[in-house]
Amino acid sequence: MTGSSAFISVRSVSKAFGRFLAIDNVSMDIAQGEFFSLLGASGCGKTTLLRMLAGFESTTRGEIFIDGQPMSPVPPHHRPVNMVFQNYAIFPHLNVRDNIAYGLRKQRLPRARRHEMVEEMLELIKLPGFGTRKANELSGGQRQRIALARALILRPKVLLLDEPLGALDKQLREQMQLELRALQRKVGITFVFVTHDQEEALTLSDRIAVMQGGQVLQVDTPAGLYESPNSRSVASFIGNMNFFRGTVRRNGAANAIIETEGLGAIPVPDSRFARPDGAAVQVALRPEKFAISPTKPDAVHAVQGRLANSAYLGERSHFYITIEGRGEPIAVSAPNHNRFVANAGSHAEDTPLWLSWSSDAIVVLDPE
Amino acid sequence: MKATSHLQRPNRSLQVYAAVFLVVLYLPVLLIPLFAFNDSIYVRFPLRGFTTQWFVELWNRQPAWNAFWNSIRVGLTVAVISTVLGIVAAKAITRYRMPGRTALVTFIMMPLVIPGIIFGVALLVLLSRMGVPLSLYTVTLGHLIVCLPFAVATLLPRFEGFDRSMEEASADLGENGWWTFWRVTFPMVFPGVVASLLLTFTISFDEFIMAFFLTGTDPTLPIYIWSQLRFPQQFPSILALASLVLFFSIPLIFIAIWVGRLGVSQSSEGTAES
Repeated sequence: MTGSSAFISVRSVSKAFGRFLAIDNVSMDIAQGEFFSLLGASGCGKTTLLRMLAGFESTTRGEIFIDGQPMSPVPPHHRPVNMVFQNYAIFPHLNVRDNIAYGLRKQRLPRARRHEMVEEMLELIKLPGFGTRKANELSGGQRQRIALARALILRPKVLLLDEPLGALDKQLREQMQLELRALQRKVGITFVFVTHDQEEALTLSDRIAVMQGGQVLQVDTPAGLYESPNSRSVASFIGNMNFFRGTVRRNGAANAIIETEGLGAIPVPDSRFARPDGAAVQVALRPEKFAISPTKPDAVHAVQGRLANSAYLGERSHFYITIEGRGEPIAVSAPNHNRFVANAGSHAEDTPLWLSWSSDAIVVLDPE
Repeated sequence: MKATSHLQRPNRSLQVYAAVFLVVLYLPVLLIPLFAFNDSIYVRFPLRGFTTQWFVELWNRQPAWNAFWNSIRVGLTVAVISTVLGIVAAKAITRYRMPGRTALVTFIMMPLVIPGIIFGVALLVLLSRMGVPLSLYTVTLGHLIVCLPFAVATLLPRFEGFDRSMEEASADLGENGWWTFWRVTFPMVFPGVVASLLLTFTISFDEFIMAFFLTGTDPTLPIYIWSQLRFPQQFPSILALASLVLFFSIPLIFIAIWVGRLGVSQSSEGTAES
């Protein structure tokens, strides 16, 4: 994405609270209509960045552009963004209708038109007839929808969402995820969504920025982050990952191979791979990229190991397998589609078995 | 009903203690209305008979009415000004990150523990040095000092109790600071404002020491009562007046406390992650 097509452009932004650097030189571009997530553990700076987009925090350095306009001189009440707060911030002294219509005052609409707009929003969030309910008569899920409606009625260019699903129970959260995604497609507004839940980010987002310690580690699509993480931090934050020490061997051939701890030589799938002969690397393999079998499989890359531990999870099973040349057991996750895997729980410890993998499943990372 | 837990079981000695405590505290006060209806100008037992003549006499006494209206005027002015100042102070204390916050709050609350006589003398000296004549305005000034801590103490919990994100949500929805205050902050702290108005009015209305030092020629009601204590034949109607003051100010304080608590529990708590 080039700078010119970016709808929101964050340019070298830093934020210091006293001596603590909450945001450290972050740049990113967000396209119009995109569902963009800021993902990270608590304290990573994602909420601070969102609050800077809303205008509640100033930028210490750098500039944020929304629709081409620099945002530093613009106070929160003049920004073309609206926010859904983590606790929803529903005004307790107003009923649902007045909450949703709160931002319409300046448009000086006739009362009937205002009510009509509120009814449309209530329809959109599937709470028709709730207009006269009091704020304290609402459940968590209802408050969340009303906070959404209150922001969306103003037709913002950008909707900011600060962990809006965090306070809901699991079942409601999954339902709201689907609804939120459908709603975003319907209204076509750019969503910037803050979450610490990687599964939620993967489910909802067009693209995700993974943050850590005030920095952006990687910005990519969910599949991009999962399949080609650019660092060990990203790889282990999104899903599970096995890491192996490796050394690059070129031997004058066109494609390099990696001598991998415990797994032997694996050809590098990426033809643009440019690391020199003898370079130390890390090879990363997701648990589900391994196939497991009781006998030696008909595969190029296979290694024999012994079962250390296993768990049966219904649709799939998890195994921990020790192999020669590697101290830590390898985590393997396999769908329960054959008898051997499905009986995961009944195999004795130290049962010999075989692991196989495809060379294009590996991710090559810099050493730690 | 018998199956209450050990902690909930009524404690007889504690109940007796509470009863004795309340009787000792309020019995002297209850004697005032009792003698106000007694058909004798002497305050002593046995009671002679029921009469309302002292109230009638009070009703027809012009200086008492003047003092009453003086107190009302001072009380209303003090209530409004101290509550407005209290709102500003409470908002500043709770909303802005500033150094010396605790020290500031302590200074605002200080008049609660400094004897009124010291403040009264100090103000009297200051005002006479500056050549300001004593009047109801100087009494108002003195009462502001007494009432401001009460206003702040009543309003501060309201401001502390409500979630900062409410005001942010208002700003986010397009309202500037002025409109945010009137559409969100004020309605949410409104019970505290009412409580503060009632409380400060009552305190000013009943205040004696400051008024004693700072009153000019127009007395407030407590000063008038004090000035009449020298005349024995006036005493029963002063008791009648005192009963009326009690009768109106005690419910006012109860209403203030009750209103002040309204809705505190419904304001939602928010946790912000940085």
